[in-house]
Amino acid sequence: MMLQHCTKCRKYQFYPRPICTACGGNTHDVAASGTGTVDSFTIVHRAEEPYTLARVRLTEGPIVLTHLIDTPDPRCDQPVRLVPGSEPPVFRRDDGL
Amino acid sequence: MTGVAIVGAAECDLGRTGRSILELQTQAVTRALADAGLHLRDVDGLATNGISRFSATQLADYLGLQPAWCDSTFAGGAVFPMYVARAAQAITAGQCSTVVISYANDQRSARSRKLTGIVEEGTPEAAFEAPYRPLYPISYYAMVAQRYLHTYGLDRAGLAIVAVAARERAQRNPVAWTYGKGPLTVDEVLAAPMISTPLGALDCCLVTDGGGAIVLTSLARARDLRRPPVEVLGYGEAITHTGMATAPDLLRTGAIDSGRRAFARAGMRPADIDVVQLYDSFTISVPLGLEALGFAAPGEGLAATVPHNTGGGGLAYCHPGQLGVLLLVEAVRQLRGECGDRQVPGARTALVHGTGGIFSSHATVILEADR
Repeated sequence: MMLQHCTKCRKYQFYPRPICTACGGNTHDVAASGTGTVDSFTIVHRAEEPYTLARVRLTEGPIVLTHLIDTPDPRCDQPVRLVPGSEPPVFRRDDGL
Repeated sequence: MTGVAIVGAAECDLGRTGRSILELQTQAVTRALADAGLHLRDVDGLATNGISRFSATQLADYLGLQPAWCDSTFAGGAVFPMYVARAAQAITAGQCSTVVISYANDQRSARSRKLTGIVEEGTPEAAFEAPYRPLYPISYYAMVAQRYLHTYGLDRAGLAIVAVAARERAQRNPVAWTYGKGPLTVDEVLAAPMISTPLGALDCCLVTDGGGAIVLTSLARARDLRRPPVEVLGYGEAITHTGMATAPDLLRTGAIDSGRRAFARAGMRPADIDVVQLYDSFTISVPLGLEALGFAAPGEGLAATVPHNTGGGGLAYCHPGQLGVLLLVEAVRQLRGECGDRQVPGARTALVHGTGGIFSSHATVILEADR
């Protein structure tokens, strides 16, 4: 998962845009650390198999929309970690391992 | 004060009508004009959307009008209070003298409602959100509700009370979709099919046909017309996001700024408002909206005492895709004292708040009876 990092004000940004929306500066792409917390979530039942949609607040600051997998009882503010190699990127609970 | 007043208000047929959007629009416009004692030939300003790409132009053609001013801004259900603000400005500026704001939808008859919403190609949402299959708009409101319940230590039963109360109010509104269906219980709300946790089917607004229209003109002219004028005292707006991951805090919606701007323009405070009409797209929208607009402290919106959504709202009265114009119609009727069993005694001031998209756009209007 890639983020944009502003070369001027140092703010991180997701999704990608041609400018930093905080200061108008230029950005370069950096890999996200892959850690964050669940801002909120919802289990979508109107589907063949229910899935957990979530807003994850990345450690760098931006919030992303994603899925939680292997996280049977999700909670707001719970730590989560990017599943390596997932595409589109999804997260699972971070047991601190 | 704006010096502009609402002088006519009406609904078209509601529920399952078997009529087209333009037929329902015609009903709404002509009924609102009849209510005002005016005629189509008096209309020189028109605001509407939801018909076609050229909605106001389309409706003008259909009704044989050539208005001097029109507006088809699209901002979801927030747009009707926005049209009131723009109409007040246009009338004050002398661009036109009599504006009709109207809306209608045949979504129940046409079976056109899609739970997944519309994803427009080329948008960031299409690239970065659609792959995760959010239901639009409900999954966003569901995440707001989840955060709300988590933050304030509540459970789903707390929100269910909003649906129960809406059904109860609709029993005093003979044109409401759920009129005569009797009370709803918390257990029934909790037992309804789950859609996107924590929101079940009965946490969601209705899917019905319906619509309405209001007529505005200068307050000076309004005083010579047949109905007691309802003056536009103030208005405010706030536009915040389209994406589901943009808002930094799910519990701080644009209603905070929209309401603050409207109160400042009207020179009023929440304690000055007798009745509130608030867009209840989902149960969570009511407590969060009442808090944002200053009628309850954060986390206490479920206990707010200000009379609100007196006709049953989108949850129990009518929800034709965008509720905004019907919030204005109910507010006008309350301020004229026309609401019978559901009348808020002596109501002189009303606040109408519309919300569009996924809490994306907000608009507030403050009204006062000119008696």
